[in-house]
Amino acid sequence: MTTVWFCLLAFMITVYVVLDGFDLGVGALHRILARDAAEREEATALIGPVWDGNEVWLIAAGGVLFLGFPKAYAAAFSGLYFGLIIVLWLLVGRGLGLELRHQSENPLWQTACDTVFWLCSAALAFMFGVTLGNVVRGVPLGPDGYFKEPLFHLLNWYGLLIGLFGLVVLSAHGASFLAARARGPLAGRAGRAARRLWWAELLLLAALAYPTYSVRHSMFESFGDHPWRLVFPVLALAALAAQQAFQRARRWGRGFLASCLFIVGLLGSAAAGLYPNILPARQGHLYGLTIDNAASGHHALVVGLRWWSLGIVLAIAYFILAYRFLFLRAPEQAAPEPTVRG
Amino acid sequence: MSSHVTVDRWQFTLTVMVHYVFPIITMGLALFIVWLETVSFVGSERRRLPLLRKSPQERAAHHDAAHFWAKIFAVNFGFGVVTGIPLEFQFGTNWAGFSNFAGGVIGQTLAMEGVFAFFAESVFIGVFLWARDRVGPRLHWASAVMVWVGSWISGFFIIATNAWMQHPVAYTMKGGRAQLDSFWGLLTNPWIGWQYAHNMGGAAISGAFLLAAGGAFYTLLGRHLQFGRICLTAGVVGALIFSALQIFPTGDGQARQLARYQPSSFAAAEALFHTEKGAPLVIIGNPNTQQRTLESAIEMPHFLSFLTSHRWNATLRGLDTIPTDRWPSSVPLVYYAYHIMIGLGTLLLLVALLAVLMLRRGRLFASRAMLWALMLAFPFTMIANLAGWTVAETGRQPWVVYNLQLTSAGASPEGSVPAGTGIFSLLGFAGLYVLLGLLYVFMQARIVSKGPDTGDSGTISTSPEPAGAR
Repeated sequence: MTTVWFCLLAFMITVYVVLDGFDLGVGALHRILARDAAEREEATALIGPVWDGNEVWLIAAGGVLFLGFPKAYAAAFSGLYFGLIIVLWLLVGRGLGLELRHQSENPLWQTACDTVFWLCSAALAFMFGVTLGNVVRGVPLGPDGYFKEPLFHLLNWYGLLIGLFGLVVLSAHGASFLAARARGPLAGRAGRAARRLWWAELLLLAALAYPTYSVRHSMFESFGDHPWRLVFPVLALAALAAQQAFQRARRWGRGFLASCLFIVGLLGSAAAGLYPNILPARQGHLYGLTIDNAASGHHALVVGLRWWSLGIVLAIAYFILAYRFLFLRAPEQAAPEPTVRG
Repeated sequence: MSSHVTVDRWQFTLTVMVHYVFPIITMGLALFIVWLETVSFVGSERRRLPLLRKSPQERAAHHDAAHFWAKIFAVNFGFGVVTGIPLEFQFGTNWAGFSNFAGGVIGQTLAMEGVFAFFAESVFIGVFLWARDRVGPRLHWASAVMVWVGSWISGFFIIATNAWMQHPVAYTMKGGRAQLDSFWGLLTNPWIGWQYAHNMGGAAISGAFLLAAGGAFYTLLGRHLQFGRICLTAGVVGALIFSALQIFPTGDGQARQLARYQPSSFAAAEALFHTEKGAPLVIIGNPNTQQRTLESAIEMPHFLSFLTSHRWNATLRGLDTIPTDRWPSSVPLVYYAYHIMIGLGTLLLLVALLAVLMLRRGRLFASRAMLWALMLAFPFTMIANLAGWTVAETGRQPWVVYNLQLTSAGASPEGSVPAGTGIFSLLGFAGLYVLLGLLYVFMQARIVSKGPDTGDSGTISTSPEPAGAR
């Protein structure tokens, strides 16, 4: 049962990163790709109706962690205090920038809002990467199940590397989205950016392999012990190759789907490599949190699974309904979420 | 209490108080939006029920009014989400001890809020605001109902979570952590009933007074007169009904429940320092915790005993039966918050009663004094709601989970989140929320100055709406 909840958690986080990832990516490239007022309007209008629905998945993922593994929730959130508070403020800043730009016609106001939105989105993509990097690297958990990681310790070389990778992957994701959905020069520029970022993805992915091995051997060993788990890294590599092929063929819609699968493969690999750890201690230290010592009681997990399944089915049904009615006459905005969710 | 706990408490106090302003408005308004849309949807000239006997023009006006309030709703919903995420995060960041201790139980209700309420609310407010011409009147009406249901379900899960903290049930202790034994036991906690009814009643009162305030504002200005009449009528009638229900039975039930399950909280709220037979009901007075007396008090003899147990001479437990270190951390705070809530509730009932009498005599729309009073009454409903929550949360102290976990044990360990770190983020939140408050006023003022659309009920703006209009 704890394994089921681990998978659910990985699923929720992946859905969140795939969905919010493209609007974060669009944000991270906002003032670079969209060069005049009309293009900025176009870029924000594309993600305007969906971004906050996508963020609900973050809240829901938080809910799964809290329900399933309260001890990990408590340890991770208190230990990564600064990182999380900054993430919160960035989330607020980004939402405000995006929504408030329509509140005034004044060009200075719009530039200010666009800049806040751009910088906060880029910083968020980076911080999510830093957080993931620190989880993979492991945290200095003490015997009481808590730890403290001040802000500048979070920004260690491995965290920074994964942070940079996160920024690049989500920017490429956002660029693919824009290339598929935008029109005119914006789409062309986004396509070129997506192709350049693809090389950065490849380069960083290759550069990551050895550092990841050196901070966590067990990740690689787990793939050796359970070869079926190699599905995820293979999926990631295949999706990366497919992305390149589709981009060459200028099939941007499929390129975006390949980018979604690339993220699924990456996060799936991370989850499969960490399992059964949920918040590992730094390599060589004791007291790591695993799905067994951090989980809720059996009854909570069993009942939770029942209503959770019902709730998620309902949620997906609402989303399909909404996308159908909200975008029925605006096909260019019928974003690919429903297929991804389904 | 060591200082990092104090900082954590202040930060939670600030963030939860700012947050709760918005759900009061969304839960209250959703109810009245459904009412206006229902009149517009099922009303007809041939209906027997006078409430629904409406001409097509009146039905369109009801729809326009609902749409105006839905725009206000959307802004509040967005701010509610933005200020709500920090609360979920803080359970982990600042209250790690509590999350670790209680997550096995209340993780259920909090996660249920996410999947059953947020998705529904966020999707259907979008359908309601932007897709009217695409979904047809039936589904449009249904989406208004879903928004209301979603917001009230959300309230239910939050109350169920809080009820467990006030009166823990359905758990066993295992390795220092509470584990759920019975899911239904958690959802049928006896504490939920009165607290939910009283809390939602408070939101409905705010919604009603907000409607009346909007109606009064445009009537006083001499603009949008039909909108003003519709909102004033629905607002004052709703205000009277819900204000009356708030005192009896829900307020009464909630107070008696408090006396039964949380005697320390009840005694602090009533400033009952000494166990008394035939205890008086305090109308006004200043509690003195050192002397354990109530200074310059005006009291109604025996009334408290009667209200609490329906016997004039019943004995009520005072704070003297409780060790001092288990008293609420601030008795005067609990006492004043409680009396402010009750005092405002009573005054608001009188305002609503007077307004309904004037409405019946046909004098409400012309009485500038009454319209001014209605316009200014709304903020006081918010104070009453927040004061009520202050009673619930400070009355429970020094416990975060009553009789199970002390608040000081619920905070994150000092080693992880020291006081200085907490002060940094507290100041950051304070600054951010000042900015949010300014932006909120700016956005609402734009909607209000534009006023309700009239006449063209078919066209609905497709421009992106303010934050959170999902």
